[in-house]
Amino acid sequence: MRIDRRDFLKLTGIGSVVFASGLGGLDHLTNTAWAAEDDFFFVQLSDTHWGFTNPAVNPDSTGTLKKAVEAVNNLKIQPDFIMFTGDLTHVTDDDKDRRKRLSDFRDIISKLKVKNMRFMPGEHDAGLDEGAAFKEFFGKTHYAFDHKGVHFIVLDNVSDPTSTFGEEQLQWLSADLKKQKKDSRIVVFTHRPLFDLYPDWDWHTRDGAKAIEMLMPYSNVTVFYGHIHQEHHHKTGHIAHHAAKGLMFPLPAPGSVPVKNPIPWDASQPYRGLGFRSVEAKVKEARYAISEFSVKGEKL
Amino acid sequence: MRSVKPLFVVVGIGIVAVVIGIIVFLISSMDSPAMGEEKDQMWMITAKRFEYSPKEVTVKKGIPVVLQFVSADRLHGFTCPSLGIRVDIRPGKVNSVRFVPDKVGTFPFHCDNFCGSGHEGMRGTITVTE
Repeated sequence: MRIDRRDFLKLTGIGSVVFASGLGGLDHLTNTAWAAEDDFFFVQLSDTHWGFTNPAVNPDSTGTLKKAVEAVNNLKIQPDFIMFTGDLTHVTDDDKDRRKRLSDFRDIISKLKVKNMRFMPGEHDAGLDEGAAFKEFFGKTHYAFDHKGVHFIVLDNVSDPTSTFGEEQLQWLSADLKKQKKDSRIVVFTHRPLFDLYPDWDWHTRDGAKAIEMLMPYSNVTVFYGHIHQEHHHKTGHIAHHAAKGLMFPLPAPGSVPVKNPIPWDASQPYRGLGFRSVEAKVKEARYAISEFSVKGEKL
Repeated sequence: MRSVKPLFVVVGIGIVAVVIGIIVFLISSMDSPAMGEEKDQMWMITAKRFEYSPKEVTVKKGIPVVLQFVSADRLHGFTCPSLGIRVDIRPGKVNSVRFVPDKVGTFPFHCDNFCGSGHEGMRGTITVTE
């Protein structure tokens, strides 16, 4: 869809954070809003953890995702597509419960106006059955697609509980990348970070360095991921990695506490640390403007 | 009867002495630690959803430790970042890791292969004493 510049500025606001994914990278970080007729944007929702119950952490565990769906539907400009970056459901050891949660999740997000939705599993969805239940509902766990000049690659670093891609998927990635030009616009979606953000907390991918090595020859690569339930920005060489907030509970900053536990609910600031983001792609310039939203759709 | 040359006698005795020496060395290295060394500290740990048994291990500093793991149900992991050791615990086999603790203290370990609803609580400690 085309976005009118004035509407786009209303949507994202002057405070949008612009990230360059080219060689200039974050050195070009600015607070300048920009838009052109050929811009498009997508929404990233992550770590919805449907099925999670702990009132001390989120007393609105059955309402948070629904509020986010409503907030996305209320965006004045609807995104071209919506990407869910894993942990759609909270883990259950029961196979039937897992399917029930995936089914409930699918019912809830079916209320989204935008029907072009893309999915990937998190370890909570796929770590116990190698993605079997997820595939029944949402199809492949790793794949690629193209949209308006950007090549999107969805990688699965959760179906193997050892936090690895494995040789087969890496070979698939290698073959997929060989079809791209060195300056192609490439966006990668993963659940876990590709780099060693904090391995002690499982915030890494054991063979993620191999994937990064394959991506390095390409000059315009940006990675969006979930898993860590907070906004985080990092660079490996010229490749930018952006973690998204979750929609059930926030987690502490990497290594900031001895044991990783969800941050308790703060009644004075309900839904704090939760939210979703929009990502506006400036294809020609290989830049991405990230706007963060609260659960209720307030631009942060 | 021909006389045996002294050189052959010396060589023969030397060979016998070397063979005996090797045998003695092999037997001694199998049955007891070498002079100044101590036996490995052995621990057998069972991993199952969502606990280790035992979950508290005490070892001495400077003496090699062998941790042997078996899984009672599915794939688990063991990692103790402070001591720089980790191993996958695969069911149906004994999974081992050997290390020499070089510092005193109590160091947490946990499962680092996602194993289910109680995965985050699957933890324990290794205490290293002087």
